[in-house]
Amino acid sequence: MMPILVAAQAPPAEPAAVDYWSMLFVFVLATFIGLGVIRRVSRLLYTPLMSLTNAISAIAVVGSIVVAGADYPQVIRILGAVALFASMTNIVSGFLITDRMLKMFKKQ
Amino acid sequence: MTHAIAQLAAVLATALFIFSLHWMNDPKTARRGVMAGVTGMLVAVLATWVQPEIVHHAWVVLAIVAGFVVGVPLSLVPLTAVPQRTALSHAFGGLAAGLVGTAEYFLGLGENPAQLTAFRMSAIVAEVILGFLTFTGSLMAAGKLQEVKWIPQRPVTYPGQNVVNIGVLVTAAALGVLVVVHPTAAWSGEVFYAIVGLAVLFGVLLIIPIGGADMPTVISILNSYAGLSAVAMGFVLNNKLLVTAGALDGSSGLILSIIMCRAMNRSFTNVLFGAFGTVQKVKAIGEQKAWKQETVEGAAQLLDQARLVVVIPGYGMAVAQAQHKVRELYDQLTKRGVTVRFAIHPVAGRMPGHMNVLLAEADIPYTALVEMDEINPEMPQCDVALVIGANDVVNPAARYAKDSPIYGMPIIDADKARTVLAIKRSKNPGFAGIDNELYVEDNTWMLFGDAKAVLGELVRQFGAGGIH
Repeated sequence: MMPILVAAQAPPAEPAAVDYWSMLFVFVLATFIGLGVIRRVSRLLYTPLMSLTNAISAIAVVGSIVVAGADYPQVIRILGAVALFASMTNIVSGFLITDRMLKMFKKQ
Repeated sequence: MTHAIAQLAAVLATALFIFSLHWMNDPKTARRGVMAGVTGMLVAVLATWVQPEIVHHAWVVLAIVAGFVVGVPLSLVPLTAVPQRTALSHAFGGLAAGLVGTAEYFLGLGENPAQLTAFRMSAIVAEVILGFLTFTGSLMAAGKLQEVKWIPQRPVTYPGQNVVNIGVLVTAAALGVLVVVHPTAAWSGEVFYAIVGLAVLFGVLLIIPIGGADMPTVISILNSYAGLSAVAMGFVLNNKLLVTAGALDGSSGLILSIIMCRAMNRSFTNVLFGAFGTVQKVKAIGEQKAWKQETVEGAAQLLDQARLVVVIPGYGMAVAQAQHKVRELYDQLTKRGVTVRFAIHPVAGRMPGHMNVLLAEADIPYTALVEMDEINPEMPQCDVALVIGANDVVNPAARYAKDSPIYGMPIIDADKARTVLAIKRSKNPGFAGIDNELYVEDNTWMLFGDAKAVLGELVRQFGAGGIH
C-alpha cells in the first residue's frame, strides 16, 4: 500500500511456524481457569470485578507497544500509538477505580 | 536472552492475573487483588519495552503519558457514573484491538505477505470485527447511560431490524472469508476497509434497540467481546499472555452475562434481538385499584415500630443520588434497635453489582447487603419493605402474568412483607413500560417524590422532631 522501509532491526526470529495448536490449548485452559475463578468471586464485587478484568485485558498494551515502538512505517506506528493510548487509559483508570471502589467495602 | 525475559514475564504476569481475580472472592482480600494485577501489568509492560525491536521510545512514552492524562480523571467519576465509565473502557479495549489488527494486516501486506497465513488472517479478521463492533457498541451504550442528547435513550426499533443487523454481520463475515482466502489480492485492502466499516456499523445497530433495563446484560456481553478481541490479538501476535488475560476477561464477561440473563429469565439472543423496551404493554390492572398514599410522618412511625426493615434499592436511588440519605436512615433505625437489611436484585441498577457499590460508598457495611435468594425466605418476617426507586424487580406480575414482558423473572418478594412502603418519583410505569401491581396491593403505601428528598424528610422525623 505504500513504500515500506525494511525494518533495520527486524523482530527477532519470528518462529518459523507458529504453533497455533498450543495457542488454542492455552486459550481453552485459560478460559476454564477463568470460569472457575470468576464463579467464586463475591457477588458484592461484580462492579469492581468488571473494572478489574477490564484493566487486566488491557494487556493488549504489550501488542500496542510493539506496533507503536518498532521500526515500522509511520502510518502503522500511529495506529499503534492510538491503541497504546487506549490500552493505557484502561489500565490506569481501571486499576485506580477498582481500588477506589474496593476501599469502600467495609464490614462495620 | 531478552526473549527469555519476555517469556518469563508472561508466565509471571499470567499467574499474578489469576491470583488477582482469585482474591476478588472476598471483600477482605480484594484490594490485594488489585496490587497483584498492577504488578502483573508492570512486569509485562517492562518486559515488552526492553525488547530490542522497540526503537521509538518517544512514541511509547507519549502514548503512555496521554493514557495517564485521560485515565486518572476517568477513575475519579462519581460512582453513579461507573456504568458509563465501564462501557467507555470496553470501547477503548475494542478500539485498541481493532487498530492493532488493522496495523498487523497492512504491515503484513506491505512487508511480508508470507506472514498472512490463513490462520493468522482469520485471527486478524476476528480481532478487527470483534474490536470495532465492541468499540462502537460500547460507545453507544456509554452514550445511552450518560444520557447524551443525540443518542436516543428509549429503544429504537423498525421493521426488519433483526434482518438488517444479522445481514450486516453476515456480510462482514463473508468479506472476512474472502480476505482470508485472498489476503494479498489487489482489492484486498479495500475489502478489509469494508469489513472495518461494517463492524463499526454493526456495533451501532446492535445497541440502538437496547433499553435501560437491559444495560447490565449488554455491558456484560460487551465485556466478554472486549476480552475475546484481546484473545484474537494474542493469536495474531503469537502472544500467549494476551490469550490468557483476554480469556480471563472473556470468561468473566460470559459468567456475568449468564447471571444477568438468568436474573431476567431471558436468553442472550432475546436480549440482543428481542428489543425488550418496545413491548410497552401497558396493561390495565384488574379493576384499576388505586394507590394509597402515606405521609412522611406515618411512614416514620411504621419504620420506628418495625423489628426488621428490608430496603430494596433500584436505579431510582442512583438517579436521585439518595444513597447517603439511605445511610442516615439506616443509622437512625439501627440506633433504635431496628434490624435493617438491603435486598439486592442482580439486575438492579445499570450494571452488575451497581447497588452494592453505591451503598458501600455511603458506608453501609457490606454485611447488611443480602442477595435476592437469601432474603426472599425472610420476607414474610419482614415488618416493612422499603422500596427505593426499584420497580420491575419487585413486580409480582412476574410470577403469574404470562403476557407480561417480565414474566418468569425472579423478583424480590416485597409483597410478602407485612407492610410495603414504596418511594417513587412519579406515577409513570417503570422501564419495562408496565404497571406495577405491588403499588396497589392492600399492604402497600406510596411515598411520591424524589428519593433523596423523601428520605431526607424521613430522617428529619427521626432527628429533631416527631419520633423519639
